[in-house]
Amino acid sequence: MSRAALSNSATQKLWRFHGGLHLPDQKSLSCEQSIEQAILPKRLVLPLQQHIGAAAKPIVKIGDHVCKGQMIAQPDGYVSAALHAPSSGTVAAIAELPIPHPSGLKATCIVIDTDGEDRWIERQTHGNWASINPSELRNIIRDAGIVGLGGAGFPSFIKLNPGARTEVDTLILNAAECEPYITCDDRLIRERVTEVIAGARIMRHALHARRTVIGIEDNKPEAYAALQAALARLKHVPIEVVQVPTLYPTGGEKQLIKILTSKEVPSQGLPIDINIVCHNVATAAAVHRAVELGEPLISRIVTVTGHGVHTPRNLETLIGTPITDLLEQCGGTTKDLSRLLLGGPMMGVTLSDHNLPITKTGNCVLALTPNEFGPQGSVRNCIRCGECARVCPVSLLPQQMYWHARAKDFDKVQDYHLFDCIECGCCAYVCPSNLPLVQYYRFAKTAIWSQAREKQKSELARDRHDFRIARQEREKAERAARLAKKKAALEDKSAGTDDKAKKDAIKAAMERAKVKREATKVAPKNTDNLSADQQRQIDEANARRAAAEQDGEKKS
Amino acid sequence: MSNHVTSSPFIHGAANVTRTMQLVAYALLPAILGSLWLFGWGILINLILAISTALLAEAAVLAMRHRPVLITLQDGSAILTAMLLAISLPPLAPWWLIVIGTAFAIIFAKQLYGGLGFNPFNPAMAGYVLLLISFPQEMTSWAAPTILRSADLSLWQTLQYSLTSQLPVGITLDAISSATALDTLQVQLGMGHVLSEIRSSPIFGQLGGYGWEVINGLILLGGLWLLRQRVISWHVPVGMLGSLALMATLFHFVDPEYYAGPLFHLASGGAMLGAFFIATDPVSGATSLRGQLVFGIGVGLLTFIIRTWGSFPDGIAFAVLLMNMAAPTIDYYTQPQVYGHNRRS
Repeated sequence: MSRAALSNSATQKLWRFHGGLHLPDQKSLSCEQSIEQAILPKRLVLPLQQHIGAAAKPIVKIGDHVCKGQMIAQPDGYVSAALHAPSSGTVAAIAELPIPHPSGLKATCIVIDTDGEDRWIERQTHGNWASINPSELRNIIRDAGIVGLGGAGFPSFIKLNPGARTEVDTLILNAAECEPYITCDDRLIRERVTEVIAGARIMRHALHARRTVIGIEDNKPEAYAALQAALARLKHVPIEVVQVPTLYPTGGEKQLIKILTSKEVPSQGLPIDINIVCHNVATAAAVHRAVELGEPLISRIVTVTGHGVHTPRNLETLIGTPITDLLEQCGGTTKDLSRLLLGGPMMGVTLSDHNLPITKTGNCVLALTPNEFGPQGSVRNCIRCGECARVCPVSLLPQQMYWHARAKDFDKVQDYHLFDCIECGCCAYVCPSNLPLVQYYRFAKTAIWSQAREKQKSELARDRHDFRIARQEREKAERAARLAKKKAALEDKSAGTDDKAKKDAIKAAMERAKVKREATKVAPKNTDNLSADQQRQIDEANARRAAAEQDGEKKS
Repeated sequence: MSNHVTSSPFIHGAANVTRTMQLVAYALLPAILGSLWLFGWGILINLILAISTALLAEAAVLAMRHRPVLITLQDGSAILTAMLLAISLPPLAPWWLIVIGTAFAIIFAKQLYGGLGFNPFNPAMAGYVLLLISFPQEMTSWAAPTILRSADLSLWQTLQYSLTSQLPVGITLDAISSATALDTLQVQLGMGHVLSEIRSSPIFGQLGGYGWEVINGLILLGGLWLLRQRVISWHVPVGMLGSLALMATLFHFVDPEYYAGPLFHLASGGAMLGAFFIATDPVSGATSLRGQLVFGIGVGLLTFIIRTWGSFPDGIAFAVLLMNMAAPTIDYYTQPQVYGHNRRS
């Protein structure tokens, strides 16, 4: 690779994605705070699912002693990720506990009581990664439990496996960090640029990528300079660093790909469909640690910021650390704290409970005070101003989607490409009527998903019903056949026996019954020994009855 | 908790409906002051009558519909509709003309469709057209510019005229009113006069109607300010004024003695009001920027056609209402290409 290909955004042509917003970035609150180690908590809570895909399967029991970096849950299937003990200690519980989720769900977690020793397992390092074949590298990365640290948490080894026939044209490292407030990637690059670049080289090797580009927003000049300086020091490392204009949501994978390559990821497709792979810079650093230092993913950098904490910081945090501990280390929350978020203000989720654990995708703990929300007017009718469509980075028509979602016309809302919406929040941010637009889209998506599930279920039920009817009919037919057969057999039998013998048998039985009746015949006791007078009365009564009977017969 | 948002995004920008309506209302102020200066006190009475009628009518319907009255009135849309109608109506109009027009605009054209955001037609223009069709005489008798009047009315006298249609002794209606330039042009052309002849009348100014050209200039000023404030985008005004001017230029080139030139068209009647304040109404117009350009072009073309060959002096209101009907179709055909769809990657 020639020097000319080396890093310079001056020579890189950039493209634009549609829409986008200039947001007050609020990064100065935390961007000058160097990364500090978070205090080792007494108890770590590790949800089995911190990634996209199937939850991991626990491989430890309650009471087991675990070392730092020891695998405690293994991937369950291909799209899944392993989990490791972030520190040494004892498995205290494997139980359903609250996890950071918009609906405040509970999920199975492994709870580790730390012993304070922080003792590592034996680490297997691979300094000579260039000689390891990509497949083996992917296994190392998979076993290290690495998932995308930018937010979505997709298992990284899958994204490093383009398939035998697919060539990777460009590996993009996402350092845009476009959401306001968040500075963990900025600090990571400034302080650990060699780790980022080492990780990028390993990824590049695993993918056989022709070109490797680090895209970074131009509001992080120090990090950009650090990357350039590091690459200049290394020499002949074919990685380009490209500064892109600060515009939310540049850090969106699809948006960054468009800016850097002019290509668009096909709808419902993946970047690999256009020969591009995109990873976050923090993921690259984690890959370096896993391969070269033998350290699985057990910690991440978390930005704790917002005017709701006394001293915003960037903390190197063990996965599973309670958020309360982080807030405490940042001087605690202020009295006017209004809302605590995990993630940024545009796409984060509300934390119902300050005790929830940090997961692999938890890049930011944001404590907001009332005046940080911006103007909050009353919700009014849509005036069709179209501002939402102008800022949509996917060129959707948010207004039409809103009307149809509101009317629960889910076919129509899909015609307007609901499922291409990345929920970046630009439309709701600019809406003069203060409509919670993204909420409507989430509602519509959830409703459509559940409809699809219901449909699947009802189809299954219908199949089951049809099968049952078929079975019943078959059984009926079988029964009828059996009966007919039996009847036929019986008729055969009766036709074959002697009719007279049967009649004799019946006659004999009747005789026997008659004899028995005669033998047991006794007169009613109260008519024994009657006096003459009584006998006369009875005779009269009998005569009357006979006369009446005769009378009645005549009448009728 | 200080905010009602339950899921992301948690922050919000500065835009809100009330603020937008306020900015549009501010942008009308230069033209209102201009009208006061050029056409007398009439505009003030029109405004007061229209705004009070609009607020009362809207409040009454909202109450009947069991909708929050105060919060909805605060959006300012009723006031803005009233202002736009008041500016469009003759400054010397009887009170009932204003009240009927405004009440119709608010009750029928807006609230019966479901209120702000649901009305397919521009309420102010619907009110205007109702009046134009029902009361053509009152609607075409415009106050003469004060400088051209042989007599002048005080505020009190104007109010008296509005309420009772009685003029002070010694002043005739002819002394204070005149036909508009567009009206005169149409009538005179119909009588076989040529343009140069017609334009020698004192009611014509340098560009359009005397006085009207100033009002149109002041409205343009307000409109440019709205553009600068990013309340409106350039697509509707440029589309509309551009197509109007283009048509006028073409026909003027063919027969300069019969067809008035582009500057006359732009400076007369409701050209500027239509381009910057009426056709830009988001509720009843097209949504996408491309759609807005098409919408504007349509309004401009129809305006020229109605002005030139129609039987009404000005065509803005009809043009806007006709294009309102076309807006959903325009939106349908000007949908943007969604990211990742049907593109070679």
